[in-house]
Amino acid sequence: MSIHLTAAPRAGSLKTWLAAPVPASRLQARAQQIWRAIWRLRSNTSALFGFAIILLLLLMAIFAPLIATHDIYAQDLSARLQPPSRAHFFGTDELGRDIFSRIVFGARITLYIAILTAAIAAPVGLIVGTTAGYLGGWVDIVLMRIVDVFLAFPSLVLALAFVAALGPGIENSVIAISLASWPPIARLARAETLTIRKSDYVAAARLQGASSWQIIRSDIVPMCIPSVVVRITLNMAAIILTAAGLGFLGLGAQPPSPEWGAMLSTGREFMLTSWWIAAIPGCSILLASLAFNLFGDGLRDILDPRHG
Amino acid sequence: MTSLVVARARLARTKRQNGVLRFAASVGRTTVSIAATLLGLVTLTFFIGRLLPLDPVIAILGDNVSQEAYDTMYRKLGLDQPLIVQYGLYLKNALSFDFGDALTSGRPVLEDIARVFPATIELATVAVVIGTGIGIPMGVLSAMYRDSLIDHVVRMIGLIGYSTPNFWLGLMGLTVFYASLGWVSGPGRVDFAYEFTIEPGTGFLLIDTALQGQWEAFRNVVSHIVLPASILSFGALAYISRMTRSFMIEQLGQEYVITARVKGMSWARTVWVHAFRNVAVQVVTVVALSYAFLLEGAVLTETVFAWPGFGRYLTNALLAGDMNAVVGCTLLIGIIFVAINLLTDLLYRIFDPRTR
Repeated sequence: MSIHLTAAPRAGSLKTWLAAPVPASRLQARAQQIWRAIWRLRSNTSALFGFAIILLLLLMAIFAPLIATHDIYAQDLSARLQPPSRAHFFGTDELGRDIFSRIVFGARITLYIAILTAAIAAPVGLIVGTTAGYLGGWVDIVLMRIVDVFLAFPSLVLALAFVAALGPGIENSVIAISLASWPPIARLARAETLTIRKSDYVAAARLQGASSWQIIRSDIVPMCIPSVVVRITLNMAAIILTAAGLGFLGLGAQPPSPEWGAMLSTGREFMLTSWWIAAIPGCSILLASLAFNLFGDGLRDILDPRHG
Repeated sequence: MTSLVVARARLARTKRQNGVLRFAASVGRTTVSIAATLLGLVTLTFFIGRLLPLDPVIAILGDNVSQEAYDTMYRKLGLDQPLIVQYGLYLKNALSFDFGDALTSGRPVLEDIARVFPATIELATVAVVIGTGIGIPMGVLSAMYRDSLIDHVVRMIGLIGYSTPNFWLGLMGLTVFYASLGWVSGPGRVDFAYEFTIEPGTGFLLIDTALQGQWEAFRNVVSHIVLPASILSFGALAYISRMTRSFMIEQLGQEYVITARVKGMSWARTVWVHAFRNVAVQVVTVVALSYAFLLEGAVLTETVFAWPGFGRYLTNALLAGDMNAVVGCTLLIGIIFVAINLLTDLLYRIFDPRTR
């Protein structure tokens, strides 16, 4: 006991608290886990690069009104299709709107769709997958059949069909993409659950009289979270591409909204003469998607080494 | 002595029979699960069709119709029936691939799909050939020279392939290779001048023109397909090279590789002949799966390249609110997906003795 005490020479120092060999509280254990994860992430350059871009996008989205140099809806027909210059960093579009400002505000829409979809799909998939895996029997058969049916469609086609039925718009794309993205998560969570449902600690919880729901909630779900987080981060890259695709087809965000896919779709007529009008929104989509892929890969190495 | 031989023969027969029984049981299980999935597909598409905010009667007859005509059509579509009866009717029609008439063309949806499908198959096939031809060597090289510059470049290309919106790449490709450099032909499957000289045959223009000996038209078709197919193949290439790499890394860590090297076999021969043979089945299944995903990518690529295929048909149907066509296309893609998955599963069982 006294050894541990002497191992922490300066009580109250955050660094020693985080480096303590035996955590004294649950809070300290959690903090140490996160600290170690960050420490390992630091050596992964590509993951850090991805994280930096995500951070940049988030800041851009939050402070969009401060960063944007022009009104994103203001048309100026005397200054249409201007190439990038000091007045317009990324040039202007066919209606003379400033592309830089529209890209900045577009980050809001992209992140809004990606985060909201992840926030819907991850919990739904997690609950369905853990329930199916833990309860087994006919519950498992029925739930996994449903998952198989959803997985039988490519996600873009499924999202397209739902958007066609629900009508175009950002909220409907979120619903449509969520409907198409929860099944892989459910399958992942089920596979994880199957490997831990026979563990001793689960048996111990059951012997203490915990109900199935309690066990799923407090013993199974937390164990599945790391791999689900990794998967949803990688999924966000795909979600961004799907959302942009819907916008491009005219089924997602509607003009004059500065959604990147919709900007590409309206700009395509002019791209032969004005390359920036198509190149810049496309690069933004690519960069955002790449960032989530890089960061997700890095997270996988840290949180989920089995599948790395 | 003889009795021992007889007993052995009997034991072998029982073992064989058990094997046959087990195989039959697994085929039976697979059949049931496929039937259940297909039923689910039909049910899901039924509900997608039901979600439609448009009034299907008005979609067919237009806005200004008499109440009488409206009611007749309403009954004809079975909309006055309870939902469960409508579902039964839908199921019956779906089983005979009758999705009704497409509103935009006035023809049965299945006929429309049969007309546009060859264009998509042709595009996806060329794309998968390109993706496989480049992706597999990339993956193997990457595994051979792990953590070298080649490996990093291959992995970066893979990541970019996963992250690039292929419709945007299509637009950029058109700008650069068609508009600026003039290396390839523009949108569409073939120049207008050739459109009527090619006699209808298989529907695959590359094959038709070659069979008819129209080499000028053939070259034109090639110059039209090469850009969209390359761009479509990028995602497949990323997937194939990434999976090949991880399969190969696993194999190259095995002891037989060291043995082969110790016995003096060249590195190239060890990798390509011995190790690659062991991952061949896995790679083939990956290629088959990527073929399925190419059909998904085709939806956007075809829109960009005005490619008269399945994807563009689906997009136009979506924009026109033509729900019969949308449901038909969606169901058909689902069926193709299930079929490809089944096929890869079978491939595994036939060619990989370890799964038996």
